[in-house]
Amino acid sequence: MQTFLMIAGMALVTFALRYLLLPLSGRIGFSARMQRALGFVPPVVLTAIVVPAVMLPDGRHVQLTVANPYLAGALITALIAKFSNNLLVTIVGGMAAFAAWQYVTNSFKC
Amino acid sequence: MPLESKRSAFFKGGRDTLPLIIGAVPFGIVFGTLSGGAGLSAAATMSLSAFVFAGSAQFIAVGLVAAGTAWPIIVLTTAVVNFRHLLYTATLLPFLKPLPRPWQAVLAFGLTDETFAVAAARWLRNDCPAHNHWYQLGSMVFMYTNWNICTIIGLAAGRILEGIGGWGLDFAMVAAFIGMAVPYVKNRPTCWAVAVAGGSALAFHGLPHKLGLMIASLAGIGAGVIAEGLERQVTGDG
Repeated sequence: MQTFLMIAGMALVTFALRYLLLPLSGRIGFSARMQRALGFVPPVVLTAIVVPAVMLPDGRHVQLTVANPYLAGALITALIAKFSNNLLVTIVGGMAAFAAWQYVTNSFKC
Repeated sequence: MPLESKRSAFFKGGRDTLPLIIGAVPFGIVFGTLSGGAGLSAAATMSLSAFVFAGSAQFIAVGLVAAGTAWPIIVLTTAVVNFRHLLYTATLLPFLKPLPRPWQAVLAFGLTDETFAVAAARWLRNDCPAHNHWYQLGSMVFMYTNWNICTIIGLAAGRILEGIGGWGLDFAMVAAFIGMAVPYVKNRPTCWAVAVAGGSALAFHGLPHKLGLMIASLAGIGAGVIAEGLERQVTGDG
C-alpha cells in the first residue's frame, strides 16, 4: 500500500509539474521579457547537466585532469560542434574522441 | 520548405533522440537492477518507469526507499527533483498551448530533459514545419519505450549487466547535449548565461535532489537576462 501511494504520488506530482502550466497559464500570461528569459533555458539547462557529468564522472570527485576521458571528450565535442555545425558529425566525432581517450588512458593504468 | 508528413516528423523525432536514447540505456538497466535491492517489487519498479518516467527522480526514490523513508517525503523529494520540468513547459508554452487538450496532456507526460532538449531545438527554430508536435511525440515515444524496455532488462538480467555503467554509453548523452547547446551560444548574453550555469552547477553539485541543477539553471537565466539588459542599455534599446 505504501509503495502504491508512493508511486501514485510521484506520478501525479511529476505530471502536475509538466502539465499544469498549460491549462493555468491563461491567467498568468507571459510577457515578452519572460519569453526572452525562457529563451535561455535550453542552453542553460543543457550546460548545467553536462558540466557536472563531465567534471565528476563518478558523481563524487572532481576530475580536472588530462586523464578524464569525459572532460577531454567534452572539449573535443564542443570544438567539433563549433566548426562542423552538424549535430551528427559532432556526436559521432565526440564519441570517437571519448572512446579513443578512454582506451589510451586505460592502457596506461597499471 | 519540404513537405513533411506527420509520420516522418514522428520518426525524425525518434531518430534525432537516438544518442540520448543510447545514453539512457545504462541508466535504465541499472535502475532495473538496483530497484530490487532496495526492496521494490518488479511491479513497483516497472510502474515507476511507466508512470513517473523521470530518471533522476526514480533513482533518488529507490535510494530513499532503501533508507526506509516515508512515502510522503519521497513524493515531496520527487517534486523538488523534477521542479525544472516546469521550466521546460514554460519554455514551450507558446507552442504547446494551441494544441488540443489530449495532445497537451500526452506531450506533457513525456517532457523529460532529453525530449525537451530535442523538441525545443526544433520549436525554437520557428521553421515552417507544421508537425512539430508529432516530432516531439516521436522523441518521447522512443525515449519512453527504450526506458521501459531497459528497466525490464535490468530487472531480468540483474547482476550480469552490472558493469554496463562503465561502458561509457552515457557519454552519448554528453556529446548530444553539447552538440545541441553550442548552436545556441551565438551572442554575449548567452555566453554569460552558459558560463554562469556551468560554474554554478559545478559549485552546487553537492546539493541533494538536483537542487544544484535548479540553482544553476536559475542563475544562468538570471545572468543571461542581466547581460542582455546591459547590452540593450548600451545600444539604446532599453
